[in-house]
Amino acid sequence: MYPFTLVKVNDTAAAIKSASGNEHAKFIGGGTNLVDLMKMNIEKPEKLIDLNRLALKKIEKLSNGNILVGALVTNTDLAYHPLIRSHYPLLSEAILAGASPQLRNVATTGGNLLQRTRCYYFYDTATPCNKREPGSGCSAISGYSRIHAILGTSEQCIATHPSDMCVAMTALEAIIHVEGKDGKRIIAFSDFHSLPGEHPHIENTLAPADLIIAAEIPALGFAANSTYVKVRDRSSFDFALASAAVALDVQAGSVKHARIALGGVGTKPWRALAAEQALIDKPATMSHFELAADEELKNAKTTLYNSFKKELAKRTLISALQKTGGMV
Amino acid sequence: MSAIVGQPVDRKDGRLKVTGAAPYAAEFFQAGLVYGVPVQSTITLGHINNIDSSEAKKIKGVIDILTYKNAMSLHQTAGGDPNSGKFSEKDLLPLQSERIYYNGQHIAVVIAETFEIAEHAAALLRIDYNEEKPVIDIAQSEAKTYRPQQGLGGGSPQLKRGEADDGLDRAGVKFEQTYTTPVYHHNPMEPHSTCAYWDGDSLTVYDATQGVFGVQNLLANGMGIPKEKVRVISPFIGGGFGSKGFTWANTFLAPMAAKLVNRPVKIVLSRSFQMFTCAGRRSSTIQKISLGADSGGKISSGKHETTSETSFVDEFVEQAGIATRILYDLANLDIIQNLVRLHRGTPCPTRAPGEAPGTYAFEVAMDELAEKLNIDPLQLRLINYAEKNPFDGKEFSGKNLKWCYQQGAASIGWKDRSSKPGAVKEGKYLIGYGMATATYPANRSKASVKLKLYADGHAVAACCTQDIGTGTYTIMAQIMADILGLPMDKVEMKLGDSLFPQGPNSGGSQTMATTAPAVRAAALQAKSRTIQLAIADKRSPFYQQQEADIIAADGKLYVQHDQARQETYSQILSRNKMEWIDADATTDVTLKDGQKGPENDQAKKPAENPFAKQDEKMDREKYAFHSFGAHFVKVRVDSLTGMVKVEKISSAMDVGKILNEKTAKSQIMGGAIFGIGMALMEGSVYDPQTGRIVTKDLADYHVPVHADIPAFDVQFTDMPDYNISLVGSRGAGEIGITGITAAIANAVYNATGKRVRDLPMTPDKLLA
Ligand SMILES: Cc1cc2nc3c(=O)[nH]c(=O)nc-3n(C[C@H](O)[C@H](O)[C@H](O)COP(=O)(O)OP(=O)(O)OC[C@H]3O[C@@H](n4cnc5c(N)ncnc54)[C@H](O)[C@@H]3O)c2cc1C
Ligand code: SF4
Repeated sequence: MYPFTLVKVNDTAAAIKSASGNEHAKFIGGGTNLVDLMKMNIEKPEKLIDLNRLALKKIEKLSNGNILVGALVTNTDLAYHPLIRSHYPLLSEAILAGASPQLRNVATTGGNLLQRTRCYYFYDTATPCNKREPGSGCSAISGYSRIHAILGTSEQCIATHPSDMCVAMTALEAIIHVEGKDGKRIIAFSDFHSLPGEHPHIENTLAPADLIIAAEIPALGFAANSTYVKVRDRSSFDFALASAAVALDVQAGSVKHARIALGGVGTKPWRALAAEQALIDKPATMSHFELAADEELKNAKTTLYNSFKKELAKRTLISALQKTGGMV
Repeated sequence: MSAIVGQPVDRKDGRLKVTGAAPYAAEFFQAGLVYGVPVQSTITLGHINNIDSSEAKKIKGVIDILTYKNAMSLHQTAGGDPNSGKFSEKDLLPLQSERIYYNGQHIAVVIAETFEIAEHAAALLRIDYNEEKPVIDIAQSEAKTYRPQQGLGGGSPQLKRGEADDGLDRAGVKFEQTYTTPVYHHNPMEPHSTCAYWDGDSLTVYDATQGVFGVQNLLANGMGIPKEKVRVISPFIGGGFGSKGFTWANTFLAPMAAKLVNRPVKIVLSRSFQMFTCAGRRSSTIQKISLGADSGGKISSGKHETTSETSFVDEFVEQAGIATRILYDLANLDIIQNLVRLHRGTPCPTRAPGEAPGTYAFEVAMDELAEKLNIDPLQLRLINYAEKNPFDGKEFSGKNLKWCYQQGAASIGWKDRSSKPGAVKEGKYLIGYGMATATYPANRSKASVKLKLYADGHAVAACCTQDIGTGTYTIMAQIMADILGLPMDKVEMKLGDSLFPQGPNSGGSQTMATTAPAVRAAALQAKSRTIQLAIADKRSPFYQQQEADIIAADGKLYVQHDQARQETYSQILSRNKMEWIDADATTDVTLKDGQKGPENDQAKKPAENPFAKQDEKMDREKYAFHSFGAHFVKVRVDSLTGMVKVEKISSAMDVGKILNEKTAKSQIMGGAIFGIGMALMEGSVYDPQTGRIVTKDLADYHVPVHADIPAFDVQFTDMPDYNISLVGSRGAGEIGITGITAAIANAVYNATGKRVRDLPMTPDKLLA
């Protein structure tokens, strides 16, 4: 780890000011990702700005029925909040499918949105990695890529976005509230994370010194019928090989609305619009679930080591559709 | 007499451990202690051209940097016999040259005032290498296969019994399959660590080791100093599983660094990378099993051919065929062992070395053969049951495997198992049952114990073996408590210091089986000496009683048929103005040829050790010493996603007398949990281009978590084996991991109809 100074701030303005003009400054929430990356000499901030005193720890219901989640709300508090449990089971389940209780107790909503990939090579400073060192090459494409993405990949990078929470949030079309040097603004979830393209080190659309202040979850009645299915190598404490967040509105045996997103297979939290389209006004049956899954994954690009993910992602999605479709 | 032996007594060190008060090797502080951070090669083969440390040295607090250029020269110190130490890489003593043999090899140690400074500076070293093309894969064309002639215990790993080829040709039912297991890393909770300081030419080392005496021996030889000048201390070890059985470079680097900077130095290997590169591993294996049987299920012939890996700097053989020699009554058997040298660190023993991957492959093959023959897998094992050891024709010292089969089968509900794979569904889950035989040799060697029975009525024994987390402190105290008739809080065992009399290396499940007889002998001796004092003393109520009639229990001694005659140790010793009574016992086993070992104290001085002689029973001429058991497993598999959940494990084990039910169960469960890891999720991966470790930490190398651990039903025969010793116990540390992986694999097949022959059985491999 490289030496750094720690700054504690009391309000958002001070946080933004402290970060402004210093490319070596970083915010720290729970620190569960950032500190690990610092220990591995991947992140080398000279200044850490501790956000934990900021008044961003509330979950509130807005007058329009949406729910506003402060950036410093812990993953645990969000997952167990009664409104989230009853109205958005997919979000609660997604968070609880991630990490461990100890980690979730300190990990924050803002930090979770910005957690970085778990690509083996990204973590190994002795190997080339375009995300860590732009232009150095991608060790995963020629190396061991079992956990890597099959959707949204580029010639430069095939790393997955590892978050479970974000998969549910993209299905829910959450809105990210940001405060920066030029004031506040909002970013639609689908615009928040970037595809790797030619510049895999650019992972989102935040500007320098931008502070996430909240995530807004739009009201969505049928999300009460939703779930998160995660497939991994062990029962807990592991990132997804494939996961699916599904909210389904089934009326008289037919799908009226669907919200679907996939995790563990995309370079960003993957909104499965093609699968949603394929299901609307179709009977909630196994064969249509299969068709929808096929539709979403037909353009998946696999490697020598992750070719199984195409089939696994389909089955994971089907499993979630079955659960929400009242079949299991 | 109240028997404490056998009870599920809580660990004496339990509270110390959970409160953090038990000092591990990295937790000893010496005034002036500084921190060493080892730096590893990032290339796989070649040599170092230059180490540029200019940036690192600029950091305030950096004291010096140890490299091959300024490191002290070491003497060859490979060792061999684990009890006298084995350096893991005989041709690669640390920091002796610029040559690189594997990725992750230590090339420098940055020494600084704090760990943080050392760690930061370590990242600033610039190493310039000359790279060569390494051999990184068994399948690579440069990889050369050869047949090693020596296995772990010194014997040949090759075996030819009868005419296997002929037998296979003629067999009515033939079976052949190949199974592969990946590299496994031990990952003990405590990383390898060493603190060292010099006082003149005397060296003291706190080391995380399974063999204190071995380390003393190796350091003395390697550094060219007399053994008496080296003290090694290791009171608590946070698991080793074999990785701390051989000695690794860190044990040398700390004293080398301490010499360089003339301060005490601490080195702790990092969990990521270092614990996966320079602390050993279990070799990968490729195992081809051939079986030939008649239609009734009697197997006439078998072949077990293993290819495993070793390094270019030492030879270690993962002898997967080893248990196949004794498991079943096979008249014709070929065991073939191949080895391939790779540019990786050297593998080393890992919990049940050989047996763990070997019983996986062989016991799955048995399941496959059973299906082919349309015979129940348990029945097939009974048909081929070995009453005598097929390896040497000797009687087993005690084998009660049939009881284990019965109990395990009853516990899991074997009779309700559907023999048709994929037939039982509960919702979207497929349910399956599997079983396999477990076995591990019963090892025992020499141990010496000193014991003092104090006038205040407490006793302390000391032996330089180790408690690697298995419960040695507690079990040895239980033995003392029973013999001396003292409560548990009045008896204490001291371990893990080379100043104590020599005990065994904690490997091969021998710690308890070896140390318990010596503790028993010493306790008997102390008791006897006390009684002798009393019966010769007119002032004692025991005057002129028979020694054999005097019983020790409930903190006192009394005459068995006249319990009013009693007194305490304190009374006897005080009357004789003695502060304590000494006892000193050495117990050993007879050697292969029936001769006593050359250093056998009893042979020379029987008068001083009247009790030790009774323990000399482990007669290898007459008996074969092996433990057996069986694992039965129920699994639940998600039919859609392929995720496997082990629902229940029923293990029935025959390991002789159980000294502490709790610690014994923990060993079996711990072993079986290792098996869950092997079966379902564990496996190290190396980069296919560079040979560098990919799964470099516990996020990428998956060990079972709580949610993966099922309900357990562990049962023991608890039948004393007085052939191994008068204590009657065979070790229990490793048998739990044998067979279990196969039992799980067989259950997964029974559930799904999918036979995965390449471990681990991750969800991707179970997709249709
Ligand atoms: C062992 C382990 C297992 C895990 N398993 C899972 C899993 O299965 N699934 C899963 O989804 N996650 C998993 N995680 C990741 C975990 O969810 C993240 O580490 C956590 O959510 C990050 O939150 P944090 O508050 O600790 O972030 P930090 O580490 O504090 O910060 C992460 C990043 O976000 C930035 N940041 C933080 N807050 C703000 C803000 N308000 N505005 C702007 N920038 C900000 C920081 O500068 C930093 O770059 C695991 C982590 C570990 C260590
Ligand atoms: S996949 Fe992306 S993160 Fe991984 S090595 Fe390649 S560029 Fe780096």
